[in-house]
Amino acid sequence: MKIPSQIATLLAGILLTLLSLWYGYNHHLLPIAASAEADLIDDLFNVMMTIGTGIFILVQGALLWVIFRYRRKAGDDTDAKYIHGNIPLEIVWTAIPAVIVLALSIYSFDIYEQMGGLNPMDHSSHLASAHGEEAHGTSVANAGPGAAIAAPLEAPPEASTTATAVDGTKATLPTGENPTGEDAVTPVIVPPDAVTPKDVVSPDGMAPNVVTPKEVAIPVTVPADSVKPKNPAAVPATIPDRNSVIVNVNGLQFAWLFNYEGTEVTAGELHVPVGRDVRLNISAMDVLHAFWVPEFRVKQDAIPGRTVSLRFLPTKVGEYPVICAELCGAYHGVMKTKVVVEPEDAFQAWLTSQQVASRPDQDPQLQQAIALAHPSTLHLSDADYLAPYAQRLGVTVEHLQSIQAMQQMPDPHL
Amino acid sequence: MTILTPLPDNTQPANLPPPANWRKYFSFSHDHKVIGIQYLVTSFFFYLIGGALAAAVRTELATPASDFVSPELYNSLFTLHGTVMIFLWIVPATAGFINYLVPLMIGARDMAFPRLNALAFWIIPPAGILLMASFFVTGGPAGAGWTSYPPLSTMSPKAGELIWILSVLLLGSSSILGAVNFVVTIWKMRHPKMGWNDMPLVCWASLATGVLILLSTPVLAGALILLSFDLIVGTAFFNPTGGGDPIVYQHMFWFYSHPAVYIMILPVFGMISEIIPVHARKPIFGYRAIAYSSLAICFLGLIVWAHHMFTSGTPPWLRMFFMFATMVIAVPTGIKVFSWVATLWGGKLNLNSALFFAMGFVSMFVIGGISGVMLAAVPFDIHVHDTYFVVAHFHYVLFGGSVFGLYAGIYHWFPKMTGRMMNETLGKIHFALTFIGFNLTFLPMHKLGLEGMNRRIAEYDPKYATINMICTIGTYLLAVSTFPFIINAVWSWIKGEKAVANPWSGLTLEWSTSSPPPEENFETEPVLLCHPYAYGKRPQVPPSGNLDPATSPLST
Repeated sequence: MKIPSQIATLLAGILLTLLSLWYGYNHHLLPIAASAEADLIDDLFNVMMTIGTGIFILVQGALLWVIFRYRRKAGDDTDAKYIHGNIPLEIVWTAIPAVIVLALSIYSFDIYEQMGGLNPMDHSSHLASAHGEEAHGTSVANAGPGAAIAAPLEAPPEASTTATAVDGTKATLPTGENPTGEDAVTPVIVPPDAVTPKDVVSPDGMAPNVVTPKEVAIPVTVPADSVKPKNPAAVPATIPDRNSVIVNVNGLQFAWLFNYEGTEVTAGELHVPVGRDVRLNISAMDVLHAFWVPEFRVKQDAIPGRTVSLRFLPTKVGEYPVICAELCGAYHGVMKTKVVVEPEDAFQAWLTSQQVASRPDQDPQLQQAIALAHPSTLHLSDADYLAPYAQRLGVTVEHLQSIQAMQQMPDPHL
Repeated sequence: MTILTPLPDNTQPANLPPPANWRKYFSFSHDHKVIGIQYLVTSFFFYLIGGALAAAVRTELATPASDFVSPELYNSLFTLHGTVMIFLWIVPATAGFINYLVPLMIGARDMAFPRLNALAFWIIPPAGILLMASFFVTGGPAGAGWTSYPPLSTMSPKAGELIWILSVLLLGSSSILGAVNFVVTIWKMRHPKMGWNDMPLVCWASLATGVLILLSTPVLAGALILLSFDLIVGTAFFNPTGGGDPIVYQHMFWFYSHPAVYIMILPVFGMISEIIPVHARKPIFGYRAIAYSSLAICFLGLIVWAHHMFTSGTPPWLRMFFMFATMVIAVPTGIKVFSWVATLWGGKLNLNSALFFAMGFVSMFVIGGISGVMLAAVPFDIHVHDTYFVVAHFHYVLFGGSVFGLYAGIYHWFPKMTGRMMNETLGKIHFALTFIGFNLTFLPMHKLGLEGMNRRIAEYDPKYATINMICTIGTYLLAVSTFPFIINAVWSWIKGEKAVANPWSGLTLEWSTSSPPPEENFETEPVLLCHPYAYGKRPQVPPSGNLDPATSPLST
């Protein structure tokens, strides 16, 4: 009698494992994976789903089994057997979960590292400097009304000395040509350990973009076709090299604005080339928002007064939703736009078409667009400046009015 | 060496002082049993309000468009739903059970501080009414979520937000006063013969809960007071435009609100550990492991809060630490789950409503536990944070967990509390409807979240319409499921079959006194005869009902 029960247990175990593995890899619960990060996260999820399915079947199966097997017979008022514990068994069911969670922690840690999450540059955040952003033209309108107050608090008094040293170093541009008259966006290469982004504040309070030598030293370009999602090596852990697309993302009630670093382009939807690293510098204008693209599996809160970086590598051409995932007010549910992942040439064409609008020698029709790109010079209010973008985003009049109402509201904190 | 009074073997002791008069339940009574029932009835009333709010939220979400209530009101509905369910239902309901059970189980005549106990309860009704009153102030109630993150919360309509802060501060204070009582009572007022390892497991769980409340709730109070300053006098603790930091609020908030999950689930763990052995007629499996795992959860629960903030821009090393700490909590929790299953295994299951709800608890809580470990993994959490996956997860923990456990507790201790039995048929209908309705509502939400539906939205992509409709139907079923319960409870309380002192043949001390117990709990000093879970090895009580403790077969 003993052997059959052991065989039965073994067979049940094999069946449980097979069922778990089958469901863990065939659950069809996730949308398509359109970034290298998504493939990594899906691998992790499938593993967790397999283990979870196993535990689920084990516990629910046991509960169902006892209902049928150990039901009290009518009229039997006696107690069951006095079994108050079993130390080896208890050690086993303490040790197995402990090993599982330890393994999952290590695996998650590894995935996170491959995603570049542990690179100290990645998620370092610094308070946005209103002065610094003024030079960016488009960004200034988005800076919170009080950001100027926040900046001096963050800038250490000795910052100007540091900045002088920085000014003497070699400067390059991450993408495209130098936009005319925009010296402030010049990225600066600094010696290792010299400064952190937080410390770099030029004498006039500007915060230049800092590219560390480490980032420059690894010029990784990953063409779309070479991306093997299962191969971690295909995912560059560090960036941005001069081929990454750097976009300043600003969340505001209830829209996203995307400003392409080093250009005049500000758009209401995000365009990125496939197979090129994208770095988003995410901030918010009013309240907390969160940038989320389910198909990329990446999410980052947009925090007023801070800029936080988010990186990903789009691997599939297509259009995906950009969703605000942090409650931001009454119209939180409609704070959506899209990200367009397109081939390099299509992306460049789109970028050029957007840049044309900023050239001063274009026909008068575009003069307004130029003006809109320089709201600070024309003393436009944020709301006026945002109007065309809002229209493009399909934001309704009442959304705009609520934004405008907010603008006109005396700031209670000042 | 725990002992028990000779079981009043299915008889009701005669000539006891009459139990509390109904008027006492509306008074500032110092009797822990009256206060316990006051807690339970009041919190159940708020549960119905919270449920109505949930039904309104789900009605809005039945269709993709925002067409049922205004978006502002929608935000207020889910804000108050969360606040009511947490602060006015689960926390006070578990406090009610702790109040009722702990003194009885440890053989005490009352709590250590009876007046403080009454005060702790009487803070709740005004705080709850205050919160509800915010529907009638200018601008409506708070609408920044139960988390009330600034800067949104400080930009909301001021009156509603301020009322919310005030109400939660009051409820937190009530919770702290209650916790002082739990800890001191368990520490100091145990039966002289009852050692730590002879305590019923509810007492261990209550001790861990009390410690958690005392350590974490003051931090929430601090956060809310600073938030109220930002709101009304224009300070900038959390306002970035004034040099403040909204993330600091999140740290302070979750320093309480993650332990709050354990504050809501630990007492229920304790109750389940009582209910399962009684109805399985078998000792609890691994008493010490269950008892000490409550303490482990208490400690670990204090160092995992930032897993709610993996996308908030917290430093990477911090994320790794909190990921690991969170995952480790699965170990003590798993010990409990496996121990409960092992207790049932080989038992003689008396499959009544109490045991069905207790087993439903284990079943549903496991799902919440599995998704909880998934959420602890930082890379995956980054995808599903703030989505319906999270909504599904915490409802499996707090509804599938806490609420199922509270129902199990009500069915189990109703005879003791009221002296009447509940109707089993209605109880089983209640269980079936709750179980189906609950899974219909929350299981599909996992898929919604994974696919890309974020939470706290009034309108959503039409591609999610079908699943949302299923969830809404499930919610209506859940709403319907409360009717058999209410009818059962009210009818049984008035006209139910009279309960004997020990209808389930339990071994803990509360079953050794009459149902309902007299004012000072025990007619005579209770005598301990055996361990509270010595099923299968209990001392045989002679027909005389008197057993000489000196000659009884003592067991550990």
